[in-house]
Amino acid sequence: MRGGLAILVVLAGFWLLWMAAVPPMNMKWEVSQAQRAGAEVVLPEGNIRDASALWLTLRNPGLIPGTYVQEKPRLPAPAQVFAELWDTTVGKRLSSKRSLVYHAWITLEATLLGFALGTGLGILLAVGIVHNRVMDASFMPWAIASQTIPILAIAPMIIVVMNSVGITGLVPKAIISAYLSFFPVVVGMVKGLRSPGLMQLDLLKTYSASGWQTFWKLRLPAALPYLFPSLKVGIAASLVGAIVGELPTGAVAGLGARLLAGSYYGQTVQIWSALFGAAIVAAALVGIIGIAQNMTLRRMGFGR
Amino acid sequence: MTGYSGPIPTAIGAVLLSVLALLMLVEGRTGFAPFGIGLLAVLAILMLIAGRVQRPGRGGVLPPVLLGLALLVLWEVGTRAYEVPAVILPPVSAIAVRFASSLDILWQDFVQTFVKGALSGYIIGCGAGFLTALASDRSPFLQRGLLPVGNFLAAMPIIGTAPILVMWFGFDWQSKAAVVAVMCFFPMLVNTVQGLKATDSMQRDLMRTYAASYGQTLVKLRLPAAAPFVFNGLKICTTLALIGAIVAEFFGSPIRGMGFRISTEVGRLALDMVWAEIVVAALAGSAFYGVVTLLERAATFWHPSQRRG
Repeated sequence: MRGGLAILVVLAGFWLLWMAAVPPMNMKWEVSQAQRAGAEVVLPEGNIRDASALWLTLRNPGLIPGTYVQEKPRLPAPAQVFAELWDTTVGKRLSSKRSLVYHAWITLEATLLGFALGTGLGILLAVGIVHNRVMDASFMPWAIASQTIPILAIAPMIIVVMNSVGITGLVPKAIISAYLSFFPVVVGMVKGLRSPGLMQLDLLKTYSASGWQTFWKLRLPAALPYLFPSLKVGIAASLVGAIVGELPTGAVAGLGARLLAGSYYGQTVQIWSALFGAAIVAAALVGIIGIAQNMTLRRMGFGR
Repeated sequence: MTGYSGPIPTAIGAVLLSVLALLMLVEGRTGFAPFGIGLLAVLAILMLIAGRVQRPGRGGVLPPVLLGLALLVLWEVGTRAYEVPAVILPPVSAIAVRFASSLDILWQDFVQTFVKGALSGYIIGCGAGFLTALASDRSPFLQRGLLPVGNFLAAMPIIGTAPILVMWFGFDWQSKAAVVAVMCFFPMLVNTVQGLKATDSMQRDLMRTYAASYGQTLVKLRLPAAAPFVFNGLKICTTLALIGAIVAEFFGSPIRGMGFRISTEVGRLALDMVWAEIVVAALAGSAFYGVVTLLERAATFWHPSQRRG
């Protein structure tokens, strides 16, 4: 219970920080608007561009309320972002192009397909690495090296090249997602498949279990507690991959497209609401895997 | 393995087969004939790896290097034998030629994206994360809240803040550094907080019996014990830093930088230049990771995971 209180305190801290940052971030525009309207504003010597935002805020306290309701603020107020979130999720039809749910679903499709591909590939690779010495010695360093390459940099190329051979839409994005999510799964599964001790392996040997039986009855169940944390990392990475995959083609739909359109047209509130939408989707996905983890591990007897 | 006659004849065979395949391609023959010979060369290389891992130990650095070589041979021979269009996959040699002929552009992009954007953001973000963790250390209450919130935020698509930060800090490297700093902050914070908890009560009690102050306990016991966690965070952040700097350039950049070059050259279908840029990114990323790993080995030589032999 005290943990919950602590989380609330930290969140409240973030909230206060955000609220406090809004007036100085948006003050310059507010001051210049007020000046144009002929209102009394306190200005420093010289140009308004050179004035410090904090100084302006402290000298013009009357203008502070206005900074929370600007149409295109540099930093939107929390209330504006949540109003936009509410409006674009609950306030619109789900099939509408302006509904955030519609865009989130487009991104989610690519995320899930990529996650399934990446996880499948990762598990297969891990099985190969654990059972085959040639793969073990020659492949693992490349899997590690592949992650030091910023694959996201290659994303535009993958998408454009696949476009030129006629594959568009979901699949290129899913491939980027898959690439990002396969590595955590490989690492976790290799560790997990190797986790049974010598004693346990020897026991199966005394039962004269075949390699196949050892795999199904010992190695795979032992690997599951390692697999689930990897899946959590993997699905979060998948979502990032799908979002970034939408950027380079100037996609028309998806959370990444919302970010890009928002940044082209200076719609900061839209960017922030897309960002929070992405965060909510990520949290939901990680949460679902967490529930699956609890249920599976409890049934297998790992739970406490 | 039966019929395996030692590594040297196989190696000579692999080299000869590769050369033969390339010669046929230079002669202008395409299709399965050169490709088949290339496949035989790859097979010979794989046999070399297999022979290597028969011996005790895991074979050292040779197997992965050989596997990379085999893939390069397959790539080169495959793209040339079947005349794959250069807008889909250029052959390795074309990429190498482009790399060598545009070193100045690549260097300029490297400085803009890696040195100015990624590296400065990495230092700011990791430093801030570490210091925040230290600052929250005196209050266990704060830490109980910070750890789950930080863990949650570390899994978020923080890359999405890139358009906002580009808007705030302008198109030049400052905004890229800001994106990198935000991305590095939470993984670093979470790892450091976890590391500071890594000592057990027995060790802390010992420090108490020495009448060590908070500062002494921190410097002599808890920070060294936290070092493996801290370095884990630093390693995670090396990859994030490069990704953040490159992706932030998709949202606006001056006319140099690796992300800018990749997105414009893709638009012009100059894929050899894109691949050259990717080679730079791969080299920079691996070197960055390698340097942090070496630092880790030097700083935490006592830790079980660093023991060799």
